[in-house]
Amino acid sequence: MSTPISYFLVLSSILFAIGTVGVLVRKNALVIFMSVELQLNAVNLTLVAFSRMHNSLDGQVIAFFSMVVAAAEVVVGLAIIVSVYRRIRSINVDDAEALRG
Amino acid sequence: MHADLILFWVFAPLSIASGIAMLLMRNAVHAALFLIVNFFCLAIFYLILGAPFLFAVQIIVYAGAIMVLFLFVIMLLGVDGREDLRERRLTAQRPLAIALGVAFVLEVFFAVRASIGFSRYAPAGFDKVNEGGNTRALARVLFHKYFFPFEVTSILLIIAAIAVMVLAQRKARAVTQAEMEAHNAALEPAGPRPVA
Repeated sequence: MSTPISYFLVLSSILFAIGTVGVLVRKNALVIFMSVELQLNAVNLTLVAFSRMHNSLDGQVIAFFSMVVAAAEVVVGLAIIVSVYRRIRSINVDDAEALRG
Repeated sequence: MHADLILFWVFAPLSIASGIAMLLMRNAVHAALFLIVNFFCLAIFYLILGAPFLFAVQIIVYAGAIMVLFLFVIMLLGVDGREDLRERRLTAQRPLAIALGVAFVLEVFFAVRASIGFSRYAPAGFDKVNEGGNTRALARVLFHKYFFPFEVTSILLIIAAIAVMVLAQRKARAVTQAEMEAHNAALEPAGPRPVA
């Protein structure tokens, strides 16, 4: 393999930063959630890159677990978005500003 | 120039471009489609890094299941193309967010340069780690060293399934008088209309 490992680390930091900016800037709850997914994937890429660098499969197993947790998280998060939408008829996060249900 | 370096330089700009495009899309469906492109690029990187099992899982779970779930929810809630981007709470939230993102990238860049440097290649001998195929090697690690966490994830998935059912059910509520009348009116047999 002739690609330096650090290229993958910098690339994943760029993807993570894009995800962070997405979470902070966008107002649509669904797009914010997609940005969180992008962040999770960026971290997975780091894990796999380090797994390759250390000649060990532990990083890949952790990335696999992170995918499982991400799947569970997406399911619960989307259910929360749907139930918030039922109540306030909007998925703009600025509309959900009252703490009472 | 080796094949993996070419693949990297083809797919790295593509993944960054699709991430930024996801950020800029007003329409949630377009954002989801660009995210799928991004996930495919990441799957290619897993392949370059010697993780063909994660390549398959990435495409099946992320690009397949999770994004279909996203698109399904978008369909359920309806697409609102006019996202309100006014900053109501924090003024200058957007420039601050972009500055934070740039600062993060620079931080990682300098940290990587200071620690492992840009000319460190992956060591040889990964084939020996992947002996008998990546999936088999991964299973060996997963079912020995990480067996307990693996079992815990099954509990996590069951909890998630139950949580979704609890969250998604509609609360039974009292039927109002007006709703009852409308319901009865709809059920009334359409008999001969009285002559006006």
